[in-house]
Amino acid sequence: MILPLLILIPFIGGFLCWQTERFGVKPPRVIALITMLLELGIALGLWWHGEYQLDGVIGDTPNWVLEFHAPWIDRFGISFHLALDGLSLIMIMLTGFLGVLAVTCSWAEITRRVGFFHLNLLWIIGAVVGIFLSVDLFLFFFFWEMMLVPMYFLIALWGHSGSKGNSRVRAAMKFFIYTQASGLLMLVSILGLVFMHYLQTDVFTFDYAALKDTTLSEPAAMLLMLGFFIAFAVKLPVVPLHGWLPDAHAQAPTAGSVDLAGILLKTAAYGMLRFLMPMFPEAAMQFAPIAMGLGLVGIFYGAAMAFSQTDIKRLIACSSISHMGFVLIGIFSNSLLALQGVIALMVAHAFSSAGLFIISGQLYERLHTRDMREMGGLFGKLGALPGFALVFVMATLGMPGTGNFIGEFLILFGAFEVEPWVVVVASIGLVLAAIYSLILMQRVYFGAAKSEATYRGLDTREYLMLLLLFVLTVVVGFFPQLLLGVTEHAMSEIQTWVATATTPLSSTL
Amino acid sequence: MNLTTSHLIALLPLMLVCATVVIVMLAVAWRRNHFMSATLTVIGLNAALLALIPAAQVAPIQVTPLLMVDHYSLFYMGLILVAALACTTLAYAYLETLPDQRDEFYMLLGCSVAGALVLVASQHLTSLFIGLELMSVPLYGLSGYAFKERTSLESGIKYMVLSAMASAFLLFGMALLYAESGTLSFTGLGQQLSAGGLASNWVILGVGMMVVGLGFKLSIAPFHLWTPDVYEGAPAPVSAFLATVSKVAVFAMLMRLFSLAPATADGWLHTIIAVLAVLSMVVGNLLALMQSNLKRIIGYSSIAHLGYLLTALVASDGLALEATAVYLVTYVATVLGAFGVITLVSSPYRGADAGLLYHYRGLFWRRPYLTAVLTVMMLSLAGIPMTAGFIGKFYVFSVGVESSLWWLVGGVVLGSALGLYYYLRVMVTLYLSPAEQPGRDAPHDWAQQVGGLMVLVLAVLVLIMGVYPQPLIDLAQMAGLQFPI
Repeated sequence: MILPLLILIPFIGGFLCWQTERFGVKPPRVIALITMLLELGIALGLWWHGEYQLDGVIGDTPNWVLEFHAPWIDRFGISFHLALDGLSLIMIMLTGFLGVLAVTCSWAEITRRVGFFHLNLLWIIGAVVGIFLSVDLFLFFFFWEMMLVPMYFLIALWGHSGSKGNSRVRAAMKFFIYTQASGLLMLVSILGLVFMHYLQTDVFTFDYAALKDTTLSEPAAMLLMLGFFIAFAVKLPVVPLHGWLPDAHAQAPTAGSVDLAGILLKTAAYGMLRFLMPMFPEAAMQFAPIAMGLGLVGIFYGAAMAFSQTDIKRLIACSSISHMGFVLIGIFSNSLLALQGVIALMVAHAFSSAGLFIISGQLYERLHTRDMREMGGLFGKLGALPGFALVFVMATLGMPGTGNFIGEFLILFGAFEVEPWVVVVASIGLVLAAIYSLILMQRVYFGAAKSEATYRGLDTREYLMLLLLFVLTVVVGFFPQLLLGVTEHAMSEIQTWVATATTPLSSTL
Repeated sequence: MNLTTSHLIALLPLMLVCATVVIVMLAVAWRRNHFMSATLTVIGLNAALLALIPAAQVAPIQVTPLLMVDHYSLFYMGLILVAALACTTLAYAYLETLPDQRDEFYMLLGCSVAGALVLVASQHLTSLFIGLELMSVPLYGLSGYAFKERTSLESGIKYMVLSAMASAFLLFGMALLYAESGTLSFTGLGQQLSAGGLASNWVILGVGMMVVGLGFKLSIAPFHLWTPDVYEGAPAPVSAFLATVSKVAVFAMLMRLFSLAPATADGWLHTIIAVLAVLSMVVGNLLALMQSNLKRIIGYSSIAHLGYLLTALVASDGLALEATAVYLVTYVATVLGAFGVITLVSSPYRGADAGLLYHYRGLFWRRPYLTAVLTVMMLSLAGIPMTAGFIGKFYVFSVGVESSLWWLVGGVVLGSALGLYYYLRVMVTLYLSPAEQPGRDAPHDWAQQVGGLMVLVLAVLVLIMGVYPQPLIDLAQMAGLQFPI
């Protein structure tokens, strides 16, 4: 019963925020904060009490820690089926935590239509939690599409207007159309899979565990896999499909960017790990060289793009493209080490990019610009802010001691035994990351000051947010086992399924 | 053949609607009173709706060779009657201050509904034609009802000329088909077609002409040119009626025709319809992109939606019947809601309808609930989860995938992606900061009006169908087609 509650809490909280708007701006903010703290608290409670370090035998069926099942649309065998394992738990904790941050970082930023803003914010969180919990493909798709609408409103109504002809409405629309259109391809794939299963067994079902075992002909599996891949590739994003991301990030309000970079991008990686790999192992492994190639392109393209940006938020957005290239390589290498690295990198990237986005939001509140050409020489002027910025920039470039280092290192280490050349090339990307990160630092905080104006330092709320992120980044950097222990079982399940499905194939060759 | 009591019971809904028209006419002759005419119409339609229950107990039953009252036709009769009731409610709010005679509207509406009921029950080309004309001819009058507005008059005349043309095509096609086959009943045609006895060019020509005629009524590309103009010009409740009742009736009939008289064996007709479907999806959505008038946008989007629905017609087996039923219900609820909001913003009658998007700018800050309704409807038209439109689209995809109609599935994906652009544009307009000079405004007591209550109910219904569609699916599964013995 706790699982549907996790989804319901943000939805109800959001609705309350909207309704309490009439009593002023304070109640919606407080309610939103309480809701997110509750969500995070439940997730932490699950982590504390649950037993995730199972060393049980890995069977053919997924090993859920918690499960919830209710009938929904009997006609098609669709059920409201939620399940939790280590992988989903980590993602939900991350979602809850970033939700708290998103609410606190918009405390002063959002002053118009506060209630409606928090309605959208919390509904995004609710839908994302739904994505991480659902193991019925219809339900998964349902949440996948549902999170778009509030995100659209968040960007379109509270975003920053960009340059001319590049308005926030346009950015929001681009985001929506990219994701929705690719999502429909996924729906077609899901239906294709369901009907194949129906032809074989005469049973309509959208259940993950049942569909996983559908036998597919090779071309069919490839086509269906591509439908899923394109949907996830848009969200991740993989390079030819990334067009929406810089605009959406640049135009979104801070809370929107934090959510986008921190959790929305991760839904794609989660989808690949949870659905794409286990359901189409052979096709995915055949496709792996191309996917890794795309990952490499992403690493370099993202880094080059980041280097040439003048808008600070666009720079961070482009660096996300680069980091997600590593994630893609890690997922498709299908080595347990790399998969664990993917988890670490996703979590660490969520922290560091959230930190950087929050900092750019705070800079914008003070300087009223996001253009780096108008900044410079800010070190020492903004209290502790530049210091925190330095930490997160170091995390972005993968400095040892931060979680990002652990993630990238594990991915490269794990993938090396599978595709050494890919790893060799990808490592060069780390150098590029250092370049654009340091450029960011140099342009904004060092160099000649552009104006003599003085700005206020960080207040307690801002300080605490950044401090918390800082601590978490370092904790993941020094004690990654806290994280990896939780996901180990889930990851080795996925890895084993894919490996056993593909080995007989290679042994006969 | 003799008519027994059970035949009469089966026909009761149709007879009650006809009786309503006569009663309203007599009442008007006695004394003109807008409220009374509207109330009588509502009572009549409700009675007809109730009469579906006894009719369902005697169904399936064949009433003369012309009509077949089975669960299939009763399901669509119910849908038509509910939609007509909604249109009546909207019309009452709209006509309240029309500076002209108001009561004839309800008679025309009643006649048109009667035609639609005949159409969904028809299993014979004769009743098909009678039903279609009985439904269409009153619509000429209805769309030109506010004839002092130039656009309304224009739309009435445009619809009349083009519709008459289409009827001529249809009639000619039917005549050619009759000349070759010697029968007009759907099953008779079906038997001859499956026996391969009708392979001559005349049959092909006849069927082609019928496709043109029916394509016009359904406003499928390339026979769609009248749709946006008529939707824009006609009074909003009439546009709602056109978009729902007339489309449902024609499509339901077409589905029966296709199931009973499957197209020629080599399937060339299926190919043609598939091409028309993809064309409608693409053309409808592309043309809607650049519109700045909400009524025109819905007009174009209805072209696209009919295109999506044609997927079910092309498949015409497996899930197709169920998909049609579900899709039409969700579509009707959505379009009624959208036109309902337009009507409420435009009413009471103050010249041309508030169609321009400009009128709706910042509506949220003035009318939050009305805006919420329109937002839900736009999301539903776009097929976003949690709304009924998603369930409809889900069914269309299922049918397409089940029958491996990959081109059509691709068309639906492309069409949906294009469509998002204008649905989102409408949606975001509602929430932008209001224009300096506020445009048209709904009367402040709209919530007290029945119309306001109705659109709220529709919005809730659309959400419920989107979240828990099982009851709707059960209903749609019951609406099975009866093949005459």
